[in-house]
Amino acid sequence: MRWLSDNAVERLRQEADLPDLGRSKYLVIHKVGSGGMGTVYLAQDMDLGRKVAVKVMKVADSTGSLASRMLREARIVALLEHPSIVPIHDVGSLDDGRVFYAMKLVQGKRLDEFASGASSLSDLLRIFQKVCEAVAFAHARGVIHRDLKPENIMVGPFGEVLVMDWGVAKVLGGGHLNSARPSDDEIEVRAIDDADLVATLPLAAGNQEGDTSGGTVIGTPAYMPPEQAMGKTDLLDQRSDVYALGAILYFLLTGRAPFEFTRSPDSRDEAARERPPRPRQINQKIARAIEAVSLKAMAERREDRYPSAEQLAGDVVGFLDGQPVSAYRENIFEKAGRWLTKNRFIVLLIVAYLIMRVLVFFSVGR
Amino acid sequence: MNDYPDTGGPRDRFPVTRLSAVIAASSVNQEERARAFEVLISAYWMPVYKYVRIKWNKPSEDARDLTQGFFLEAIEKNFFHRYDASKARFRTFLRTCLDGFVANENKAASRKKRGGDATILSLDFDNAEEQLKLGPPPAANAIDEYFEKEWARSVFSLALESFRAHMLGAGKEAHLQLFERYVLDDDDESKVSYKALAAEFELSTSDVTNYLALARREFRRIALEKLRELTATDEEYRREARALLGVDPL
Repeated sequence: MRWLSDNAVERLRQEADLPDLGRSKYLVIHKVGSGGMGTVYLAQDMDLGRKVAVKVMKVADSTGSLASRMLREARIVALLEHPSIVPIHDVGSLDDGRVFYAMKLVQGKRLDEFASGASSLSDLLRIFQKVCEAVAFAHARGVIHRDLKPENIMVGPFGEVLVMDWGVAKVLGGGHLNSARPSDDEIEVRAIDDADLVATLPLAAGNQEGDTSGGTVIGTPAYMPPEQAMGKTDLLDQRSDVYALGAILYFLLTGRAPFEFTRSPDSRDEAARERPPRPRQINQKIARAIEAVSLKAMAERREDRYPSAEQLAGDVVGFLDGQPVSAYRENIFEKAGRWLTKNRFIVLLIVAYLIMRVLVFFSVGR
Repeated sequence: MNDYPDTGGPRDRFPVTRLSAVIAASSVNQEERARAFEVLISAYWMPVYKYVRIKWNKPSEDARDLTQGFFLEAIEKNFFHRYDASKARFRTFLRTCLDGFVANENKAASRKKRGGDATILSLDFDNAEEQLKLGPPPAANAIDEYFEKEWARSVFSLALESFRAHMLGAGKEAHLQLFERYVLDDDDESKVSYKALAAEFELSTSDVTNYLALARREFRRIALEKLRELTATDEEYRREARALLGVDPL
């Protein structure tokens, strides 16, 4: 019997671990990454001859509910044809009962990884602006994401931004799906993704499968708004995503999530009470105006937040362009400082002119 | 008499239905029991030998004798019959039995030699010794992990041998060569690309993808069959499949 090295054993293990998509049109090439609920593989679409990413759930779908939910996710994403939203091509199931879906192959870095690189704040804010615009587009189509976080955002090699994982997205009452749309007007497509990031609170029985209006907590604790943390799913709307965007902005400013702990199901009240430290308490170099933008987006009361992701993006763009932001009232010195910063070139010209005049005055006087 | 003549290599003489060898080892049918022990010994003798060498710090000759003795006693006294799948994995049970066996042997002032240097089970101890020389021994607190790792190596080795036999028998030699080149030939961390394989084997890239997909499917099936043989219950089988292969079998 041939002796196998540790390396060979590991490679055989990896090969055996690759899912058998034998009856589908996809052939798995290798594993890309793994989360709590599913594993993503690079695969070849044999019909179209292109590479795709295939996500295979780890748990067999014995009742068919997971497949149904993933199909809903695909339908929701189909509503959102936008360059910053990754389309799902296909949903299917393996012989062993596990569900998979194929989506566009995305190359780049997760925003949390990208932010830890050498990017400048203005670069990060430009990316954040694109995220806000993609989310605003989804909101305009009646879809809220409900799990926005840096890990769900990819930044491509050319600065393109992709908002991923619409698995817990919800179509609000005014939204519309295609003819195959389920009858419920609130569609929750995936209850749980990464088990370590998502808490589920069965506070009350949902009225039907996939409906989370009965107090189920879905999302990522570190980035979720209080109403979501408390399981008040009926209160979730665009402003809930605005809160998460504010939390992402907080992360980009400070390098840490607003809540660096996992809210357990028992800490719902605590989640509503606690406030994260202000960004400037973590880093005093952060400008007060952009800090205020982040905190306004993350206001406890929905009414105090930006009413839309578009308006949040507007304030970020304003900050980048040296304009005042709606979230922060400047004093006269700050106004002057901002004006000076914005008009630095003109100010330098005037100063140079004045110096020259002074020099001329003294030269003539002698 | 030797009912278990050569357990150093894989045999596909076990019924196609791949009954659990753990259960079959307690069968009243003598032939079935013999086949079951052959399967179990082929999977476990190498981890057992290495474990005895390292955990019990036995010289090679003693470890050979103890390994032979352990399996012969298991056959004679049928102590695998006591295995309760609800309490532990089979290999955990086997290791507990082994520790008890070696401890008892140690207590005996003069252990009876089993036929002196004569080999009763044909086990390739020299190969095992060569393997032991290849790396440093595990730390004292990592012996359990070491046994698990050796067990996995043994299962994969057996599965690979069966896989080879199957692919050659099915006329899939090209698939086999491609799979071995892709998975086993290169000791570097990075694998050879499909494109490079296509050039090397004078195939198209999509043929490489297809060949590897088929070979992978067959290897997984055979590895799962091997696991089925080596586990007692469906639950244990699934648990082992998840732990060893990361898959949730049908």
